[in-house]
Amino acid sequence: MADSYSVEMQSIVKRFGTVAANDQVDFRVKRGEIHALLGENGAGKSTIMCMLSGVYRPTSGTILINGREVQIRSPKDAMKLGVGMVFQNFRLVQTLTAAENIVLGEASPFWRSKKWMRRKQEEIEALAGRFGLSIPVDRPIWQLSVGEQQRVEIVKTLYRGADIIILDEPTSVLTPGEAEALYATLKTMKREGKTVILTTHKLKEVMAAADHISVMRKGKMISSLSVADTDERELAKLMVGKELGEQRHYERRTAGKPLLSVRGLEVASDHGRKALEGMSITVHEGEIVGIAGVAGNGQKELAETLAGLLAWKRGTVHFNGNELRNGSVIGAIEAGISHVPENRMRSGLAGSLGIVDNLLFKSYRSRERSRFGVLRTGSNRSWSQRLVEQFDVKTPNMDTPVQQLSGGNQQKLLFAREVNHDPLLMIAVHPTQGLDIGAADGVYRLLNGMRDEGKSVLLISEDLDEVIDLSDRILVIYNGRIVLELAREEADRELIGLYMAGLHVGEEEAG
Amino acid sequence: MKDSHAAAPERTMPLAGRKRWKYRIEIDASQKGDAWWVPIASVLLALLLCGVFIYASGMDPIAVYKKMFRGAFFTKYGLTETIVKAIPLLLCGLGVAIAYRIKVWNIGAEGQFVAGALAATAVTIYTPGMPAPLVIPAMIAISIAAGGLWGLLTAIPRTYFQVNELVSSLMLNYVALLLLDYFVFGPWKDPKGFNFPGTAMFAEWQKLPVLGDSRLHLGLVFALIAVVLYFLFIKYTRWGYELRLIGANAEAARNAGISIKRHILLVMLISGGLAGLAGMAEVSGVAHRLLYGISPGYGYTAIIVAWIAKLHPAGLIVSAFLFGGLIVGGYSVQLIGLPSSISSMIQGAILFFLIAGGTVSKLRIRRIG
Repeated sequence: MADSYSVEMQSIVKRFGTVAANDQVDFRVKRGEIHALLGENGAGKSTIMCMLSGVYRPTSGTILINGREVQIRSPKDAMKLGVGMVFQNFRLVQTLTAAENIVLGEASPFWRSKKWMRRKQEEIEALAGRFGLSIPVDRPIWQLSVGEQQRVEIVKTLYRGADIIILDEPTSVLTPGEAEALYATLKTMKREGKTVILTTHKLKEVMAAADHISVMRKGKMISSLSVADTDERELAKLMVGKELGEQRHYERRTAGKPLLSVRGLEVASDHGRKALEGMSITVHEGEIVGIAGVAGNGQKELAETLAGLLAWKRGTVHFNGNELRNGSVIGAIEAGISHVPENRMRSGLAGSLGIVDNLLFKSYRSRERSRFGVLRTGSNRSWSQRLVEQFDVKTPNMDTPVQQLSGGNQQKLLFAREVNHDPLLMIAVHPTQGLDIGAADGVYRLLNGMRDEGKSVLLISEDLDEVIDLSDRILVIYNGRIVLELAREEADRELIGLYMAGLHVGEEEAG
Repeated sequence: MKDSHAAAPERTMPLAGRKRWKYRIEIDASQKGDAWWVPIASVLLALLLCGVFIYASGMDPIAVYKKMFRGAFFTKYGLTETIVKAIPLLLCGLGVAIAYRIKVWNIGAEGQFVAGALAATAVTIYTPGMPAPLVIPAMIAISIAAGGLWGLLTAIPRTYFQVNELVSSLMLNYVALLLLDYFVFGPWKDPKGFNFPGTAMFAEWQKLPVLGDSRLHLGLVFALIAVVLYFLFIKYTRWGYELRLIGANAEAARNAGISIKRHILLVMLISGGLAGLAGMAEVSGVAHRLLYGISPGYGYTAIIVAWIAKLHPAGLIVSAFLFGGLIVGGYSVQLIGLPSSISSMIQGAILFFLIAGGTVSKLRIRRIG
């Protein structure tokens, strides 16, 4: 039995609308190993794990558990097959105790007496102890630290009899100390004969904890290799890919004078942590500056700060010769900064409103769009009509709620609005997320067009191909600051991958 | 709760635990907002449900409904009474509708109504000698201010300290009602009123003008003007556009540079102000004095009025009229031995079906292969 596979997924395809999140993915995990699934954000790791745990169902392909072909229709089915998943966002009831959460959903006597509960608590504590997990069973979840909550989740899957335990980005919420404890637990689980699968984009941890590694990129399985046969550099290279995409960039122009100059910026995130610290960047007129980095390193905060949604605590931002108003969206709009936000439907468009209302977002205060506080309804309508034609937005009519448009048309509409008020700088965050190739290409042409007109673009994307192909200069962001700057000619995927993963830090210390 | 809101595309509710079922019920996530037929179906279902109770209490539901309907809409007296009741419902309903537009759940119209009634009465009590052409405008202004202030008492904690407005606006209703009790049982009680909890009758010039010899008062004009203004503002002004944007997507509105805090304060000021005006119209136009229990729950019924109108201006006029009729119809069946609280029962049932309809109308039965 030494070489048998506990999980075999063959030719898995999963489509969401027209986008293939997983394309002909093969994934195999040997019994009793710790298997790491490595890839950037959006590579399709979570999607494939969700299919294994019954949250999604594959569009096509077969799944074998312990050599037997199975249909996993729901998390319940997965549980019956011994597959349990610890999600990145925990599925716990905040007001119930750890033990109550763990026995939740279990068939139990109608009357859960104190005696019954105490017996269950002891059972749970014994189980947790076997795997070296300490959890306070009788405290409500909201009182527990994130690390403790994660342990409750792990004990929950073990309690329900899982043999194959999936952890989705388990260390993303943990402190380094907690992460180490987690890896020790995983090794104990392995000794007890459990199969562990974890998804991550952190190379160092993978090397320390896993036996076998599968690498995914853009929905495809790239490689599967044993930890003993590889090193961090090779993994970084595999993760970010090295083949150059289609040439989308045209001749390099000489960049003009500095337009945006950010020095020593410090911004706090929602949780009081510093999201940006000592951030400095310069963007010149007529250039596209791409920012590459793994999600959560401050890209979102940088974009929101420049768009006036977040206020900075320290540092200076000069734009077009003037100081930018701190934390003022109107200030940013008036200065000529456009912002295509990360999540179109969440913060870029109002889904239930029609085309005209969505196009008016940033210009309704201007004299062409409203007078004495009254909107110029008629002329706004014909203006919207012109924009829709100019940007080739396909819509039944001008009053159609934009949530009914396709993703590509929504993005065109958003760009139409942002380009229309003649910005000097366009901040585009993941501008092609969820778009098919044709629509993405339209976005590329638009950004290139702006650059050719002498405008500037700050492109923030997790898609390294996109960043390298489009940008005149590439900056790598890590832990809230720029750690690497390359001209387009010097772009080196491997190097960028290492800096994105934060591996340069160790080297600097060593050197 | 979190999960059910997220409505991920593949989350489903199995119709039964067995796998043999070939169909299942799913929430169609693409359906945003209620279907148009939900308000109508809610009213019909509510009448049906209450009909069962009427039948159970030994009456013929059809006859009862007929009597209510005739009493409310088909006699001259009934019709004017219906409109008189519709005036405060329309003003309060409009007030809460404006707040609901930007998803501020003001359920404090009752308290704001009472605050306005108290303030208007204060003018008559403390400045009895104010000349005739001034007194009505003064009462209007001060009642709007008082209602608005009552609204701000909800809006300020909500904006600056994240205090849930549902709780605070509801609690403030009781504060206002107890203040009303204090004044009508205490300092403002009519000394010649045989200990009746109410103020003395207003002087002629402190009453709102009425139409002919009916009880229809000028408040109707205020209410209709307010509705028309609401319609024009929402549709054609920058401010209305900002409200629509906040209501549709607050996060996106923030991206457009709109200050949500400022809008919540302003909207609650207006929302409360309209309810306050309704309170003034009730004391000055109908009761002609401040009474214990001046509102038979107009502020609460207004919530249903706004919901069933789906916050639409024309819908508000229709639904305020219908609910006015429901109250009057309730009175008219008292004669045949049913309590007038039949109308509260119907109101409650309508709200119940309306809220359930929001979810039910999104369910789809799908065959699974």
